[in-house]
Amino acid sequence: MIRYIIRRLLVAVLLLAIISLVTFGIFFLLPKLAGQSTDDLAARYLGREVTPEGLAGVKAKLGLEDPFLVRYWEFIQGIFVGTDYKFGTSVTHCPAPCLGYSYRTNEPVMDLLLDRAPVTFSIALGAAILWLVAGVAIGVVSALKRGSFFDRAAMSVALAGVSLPMFFTGLVSIWLVCRQLKLLPTPRYHEFFDNPALWAQALILPWITLAFLYAAMYARLTRAGMLETMGEDYIRTARAKGLPERSVITRHGLRSALTPIITIFGLDIGLLLGGAVITETTFSFAGLGQLMLQGITRSDLPVALGVTMATGLFVIIANLVVDILYAVADPRVRLA
Amino acid sequence: MRRTTRRGIAVLATGVSAALVLAACGGGDDEGGGGSATFNQGNTSIVNPSDSKGGTLRMLRTGDFDSTDPGNMYYATAWNFSRLYARSLLTFKSVGGQGNLEITPDLASGLGQPSADLKTWTYKLRPGVKFSDGTPVTSKDVKYAIARSNYSPEVMEKGPVYFRQYLSNPNKYKGPYKDPNLDNFKGVETPDDQTVVFKLSQPFAEFDYLATIPQTAPVPQAADAGAKGGVNYAKGVVSTGPYKLDSYEPGKSIKLSKNPNWDASDTNRKQLLDNIEVQLGVAPDEVDNRQMDGSAEIDVAGNGVNAAARSKLLSDPELKKNADNPNSGFLWYTAISRQVEPFTNKDCRIAVQYAVDKTGYQNAYGGTTGGDIASTVMPPSLKAHQKFDLYPNNNGKGDPVKAKEHLAKCGKPNGFTTNISYRTERPKEKAAAESIKASLEKVGIKVNIKNYPEDGYTGGVVGDPKFVQKNQLGLMIYGWAADFPSGFGFLQQITDPGALKGTGSSNISHIDLPDIAKKFQDVVQLKDEAERNKVYQEIDKAVMEDASIIPMLYAKNLYYRNPKMTNVFINYGYSGMIDYANLGLAK
Repeated sequence: MIRYIIRRLLVAVLLLAIISLVTFGIFFLLPKLAGQSTDDLAARYLGREVTPEGLAGVKAKLGLEDPFLVRYWEFIQGIFVGTDYKFGTSVTHCPAPCLGYSYRTNEPVMDLLLDRAPVTFSIALGAAILWLVAGVAIGVVSALKRGSFFDRAAMSVALAGVSLPMFFTGLVSIWLVCRQLKLLPTPRYHEFFDNPALWAQALILPWITLAFLYAAMYARLTRAGMLETMGEDYIRTARAKGLPERSVITRHGLRSALTPIITIFGLDIGLLLGGAVITETTFSFAGLGQLMLQGITRSDLPVALGVTMATGLFVIIANLVVDILYAVADPRVRLA
Repeated sequence: MRRTTRRGIAVLATGVSAALVLAACGGGDDEGGGGSATFNQGNTSIVNPSDSKGGTLRMLRTGDFDSTDPGNMYYATAWNFSRLYARSLLTFKSVGGQGNLEITPDLASGLGQPSADLKTWTYKLRPGVKFSDGTPVTSKDVKYAIARSNYSPEVMEKGPVYFRQYLSNPNKYKGPYKDPNLDNFKGVETPDDQTVVFKLSQPFAEFDYLATIPQTAPVPQAADAGAKGGVNYAKGVVSTGPYKLDSYEPGKSIKLSKNPNWDASDTNRKQLLDNIEVQLGVAPDEVDNRQMDGSAEIDVAGNGVNAAARSKLLSDPELKKNADNPNSGFLWYTAISRQVEPFTNKDCRIAVQYAVDKTGYQNAYGGTTGGDIASTVMPPSLKAHQKFDLYPNNNGKGDPVKAKEHLAKCGKPNGFTTNISYRTERPKEKAAAESIKASLEKVGIKVNIKNYPEDGYTGGVVGDPKFVQKNQLGLMIYGWAADFPSGFGFLQQITDPGALKGTGSSNISHIDLPDIAKKFQDVVQLKDEAERNKVYQEIDKAVMEDASIIPMLYAKNLYYRNPKMTNVFINYGYSGMIDYANLGLAK
């Protein structure tokens, strides 16, 4: 098992290196291929007044005229030994692991990521618990009561959940809950450790709207998996042995049906931890997704690169955890 | 094991449920009244005047400021916002109506005293002004602020560089980050702690306008050093205004609180609030909705409300009475490149002036509340503005007959093909380009629409003559507002041949008429404002006779004036947005 984990971690490092190289390439090489000069790129950082001195200053600060590989090497170096950024007489030290420096916000990217991560984690983990519990429970009940009113109603709602885009349900929920019914104030994020009640208050709507979308998918998947599993021979055998129905469903049926759920859950949670872009934008929460969006719209490469790397890392870790969980959920799986 | 987990989940679920119930009990926000307020009241007077103290003003913004460092900012909204915590030598008067275009002393005790040749300007500092840390402000702090903001492009790249342009610099001073010895900076002299003397390399009659720029707000050299200096000073600005900057998290939030060392004799601002909080990164429609539902007070971007809120505001009398629709001082225009064929021929340019349908453009910007049809380069919000129309075309709807006459004169009776550019991120500009295309095609001018990213549009696209030539951009959608509200501040950058440069020029029509260049050289030597305004009007006419700029709209913004706010008025000195420096909250 340990050898397996080490091997997977080494692959993860390789994957992250490839992700960083590709993202670097997209931001550095594509503008050049599109015919943009270093002056054009530097002009984006200047205010309304573009002067030769200003262009020269920005080019020097950002190293825009350095070769691609030199800049990529400096980036990789920063991850392991940190980097110093000099601004005239002042020096900003970015300790390892340094993921670069944002010249738009004048902050090390790692600081930005650490600052924004709690918001995204709060949204993603809270919503994940809701959708997993609700989605699996509804899926199991629907499968066991196949064709019943509950089954048909639940699957119709699930279809709506899958079909309705997040920005629609998010905006409608704000309009209905905060503006019309006035059950909640307009969501505004608060730190958990400052005030847990306000933290939860702000997150109720994002959790519910995000969970509505995902729970719908999980309910349909669980239902399909359970229907298939409950028809298997070993379920009949378990019943024939006189096991209680509850035990047959949970220990034999659900356990097997959960395997695909765990797979997709790993991917979903990994991606969400990297930034729930639409949710954060809809609810105006300053999380990793919003940071990514700001990085892209402001051509802030280090930020976009940093969030991409973080997302990649989360997905890789989530997949690793999923693979390990396979063995727990399904005794037939053994890690090689 | 299983039992423990189940209990854990139960505890968690109970905790979360309790939190949710507690949280849900706190719903609802206060909503203000509005009383006897009327539509556009803030355009001409101070609405809800009050000295009521206390409360936290909640500001919102979709994007972020270019910087919170007064030395490194360029947008009007940032200049307006900076007045909460930074005092420049001069500022614009805090009165309702167009009277706030008048320059008034701020950190200085009076307006600038020019020498006879207008090349030396002297300012005396108001006595007793302190920084938020309690240290007294001296003339050296002003000199340092000018030096860092204008001579250090490797650190401070975002603000204007007027001082570098006008101040003498015999030593070729390289800025305090490379040369901390300010004695080597000869452009500003400080004979004593209260006197600042600016030494210019050329006469400039409008220097007082430059003294209103936040770059003249004092900066203590010691606070701009080490890890907290340079670009990081934006997070630790040492305040002279009524509030001090407590924190700035880019893209996320800004927090201000009362400055205990503020000089209360400051008549340009009020210190009524306990705190000011700015939430950044709020979705555009949410910004509008929150102002109207009372969960926030003001959009600090200063661009007015979006389309959805616009119709809501205008259709509901209760909301409309709390709205202002002032001129923003912005001109939306289409530049015609004098370098691109067939626009090298003046009659081809005039043909487009007549053919274009400005009402379509106006609709793209939200109808009459988005702006008035324009016929001059200078907008009516400037004192120098004079109304005239050299190309009357059916109230902006277009005059195909006149257009065809001029097409024939320029040797293109059947029209021609050209390109028009706009900024990708701006749907209004896209709609405007489509409207222009439709109206020009009526007279046989075929138009291809091209879009480019907003970032670098001036720097590397329309402001780069080579790019314009290569891509044959005959028409370019653009907008302009003055850096300072005078004829010079508005016209010089976009019409002076002297403003042409390799890349990044805002004279995107490529106007290179010697007569206009001469007028700009002469006008800055005229001491009398009325005489200068006359010259600006002549320049405006000369540009329109040249037909290289098509004025489309005198832009207007629609603001929601939250009834909870006190001392609300439109400040025309800052692009006609709500003045932030005097706001308070009603009890």
